Amino acid sequence: MSFLRDALDLQVQVDAVGLGAIYALMAVGIGLVFGVMRLVNFAYGQLIMAGAFALAFASDRDWPVAVGIALCFGVVLALSLAMERVVFRPLRTQSAAVMLIATFAVAFLLQSIALLWFGPLGKTATSLVQLNRPVEIGSVEIRKITIVAIVTAVVCLLLLVALLNRTALGLHMRAAAIDSQTARLLGVRANLVSTASVLIAGALAAVVAVMLTVQFPTVTPTFALQDTILVLAGVVVGGMTRLLSATLGGFLIGYVSGILGGALPSEQSQYLPSLVFGLVILVLLVRPDGLFTRGRGLVERV
Amino acid sequence: MRAAAVQLGAPVVLVGAAGALGAFVSATNEIYFVTALIQVSTVVAIYVFVGNSGVLSFGHISFFAVGVWAAGVLSVPEQEKPATMPYLFDFLSSTTVGNVPSLAIAAVVGGAFALVVGLPLMRLSGLAAGIATFAVLGITNNILRYYEKIGPGLNTFSSVPETTGLLQATVGAVLVIVAAFAYQRSRLGRQLRAAREDPAAARAVGVSIYRQRLASFALSGFLAGFAGGLYIHFIPINVDAVYLDLTFITLAMLVIGGTTSLWGAVVGALFVSALDSVLAEMEDGMTILGHTIDLPVGSRIVVVSAVMALVVIVRPSGLTGGREFSLPRLRTAGAR
Repeated sequence: MSFLRDALDLQVQVDAVGLGAIYALMAVGIGLVFGVMRLVNFAYGQLIMAGAFALAFASDRDWPVAVGIALCFGVVLALSLAMERVVFRPLRTQSAAVMLIATFAVAFLLQSIALLWFGPLGKTATSLVQLNRPVEIGSVEIRKITIVAIVTAVVCLLLLVALLNRTALGLHMRAAAIDSQTARLLGVRANLVSTASVLIAGALAAVVAVMLTVQFPTVTPTFALQDTILVLAGVVVGGMTRLLSATLGGFLIGYVSGILGGALPSEQSQYLPSLVFGLVILVLLVRPDGLFTRGRGLVERV
Repeated sequence: MRAAAVQLGAPVVLVGAAGALGAFVSATNEIYFVTALIQVSTVVAIYVFVGNSGVLSFGHISFFAVGVWAAGVLSVPEQEKPATMPYLFDFLSSTTVGNVPSLAIAAVVGGAFALVVGLPLMRLSGLAAGIATFAVLGITNNILRYYEKIGPGLNTFSSVPETTGLLQATVGAVLVIVAAFAYQRSRLGRQLRAAREDPAAARAVGVSIYRQRLASFALSGFLAGFAGGLYIHFIPINVDAVYLDLTFITLAMLVIGGTTSLWGAVVGALFVSALDSVLAEMEDGMTILGHTIDLPVGSRIVVVSAVMALVVIVRPSGLTGGREFSLPRLRTAGAR
């Protein structure tokens, strides 16, 4: 029963929610692009990795924190824009499998460039590590970054909801996500909408890069790779067709891995990936269209 | 019949030519040829499922990996096992088999694993299938990495007899190609390809898509396990060699060649392998016509992934267009 006691421990719960918050942001980034373009961006983790290297680059030179964060945003947004122009846009009419393979190639391209540039050991980003210090609230010690992560995630999500529901651009994006052909007929500009979604996703990637480098200051070419794989699984488990279900799926997989990682005894925690992936397979078998979606997906009937 | 002979003949001749060419080069360069031939086996194994069904799988390297483990663990001489793999199950540490039986076992283990995995998973399609097969890869890698009762864990395999030379690699690749060809011309293969082109119409004429996918998945796992067996008899590797990088490079080969044809799988594997070998030589410094080209270490994967991205963007159906090889049609005078 020690597993249950550890799992319900407040400390473990808070850390798990913090991880879930970060994963939820990544899920939004992946889900938004998927909604508008029907494209699963496997290279999303490499955007975060590039942002993290920008932060490490700045902290190496003792630049002020704000400059480092600005550089991180600049690099990630420029890369996102380039990816959209060079890869996503020409492939817009292709099947989902072709697009997935293309982003798979881009992911490996960015990762191998990072390996060539910075070597397998990577660099360290140390300018924000003071956020790792804990503050005591009641009986639990909470690292400042956990609070920052949760607050940032909530703020970002609220901003996004406002954008989608209150602006013309948001309306266009929602229209394109539901039926892109009809939306285009009604005057929604496809290029504008896809650029906007990629830029928003990029901004979220930069935010995630800042928060992840605080917790894991060593930036290697495979930085955020494992997280991206988990989030992709989470997004599909939650249901890709709606942004809300994708976000919930991302949060859920972060939360569950946080709980399992915090509560499992150490000799079993090395099998943590197997447990999480096993759960993913189970959920997909029971609900292939996603945990948080209503009704069944379309099956062509003759 | 003539078209069929050409369709099977072309990839076999290409592979045979690669094997024959490898016999004339220096011993250091021979390694590149053997690697290429094993990669042909691996890519064709993946093609048997992905190409015929049209469902993307990120999980096939799991079957390759269990093939590596099965053949590797069983071929290490008994007296060496306590030193390199001290925690093995008794029946594994007390059994040693020869080259050919170990390859057969690798294939059977790979096929059985694929069958077990496929029983539930083949109900899925699209993105759910992609993610689920990825999850299988993650689980397999995680278990092979830490479960030391079935293998060396994180350590590199050692003392596996190196029986895969040019001959064994060539014969292996030809066997895999023949099996893949026989399958895709069979009733089963044609039903699956019909389901790939139009699932609704195929269902309407009585094709069980689930069963066809499962059969192809199991055969595909069988061949991938065999390819894994070939590989561990070639070089000593560890668990990191059978994970994401290999998944990427083999999928890249299949996509670059053309996913929907056997010819595409073979051409893609040989093309990327050749490119990779040349780049590897350039990383060591290569002299062409008096100019020395010396690329920084690590640039080969940059070039390969750039080429893959480029091929997908410019020619999404691959170098071969996803078609089987055919001779240009000769018009005879009497035919008009």
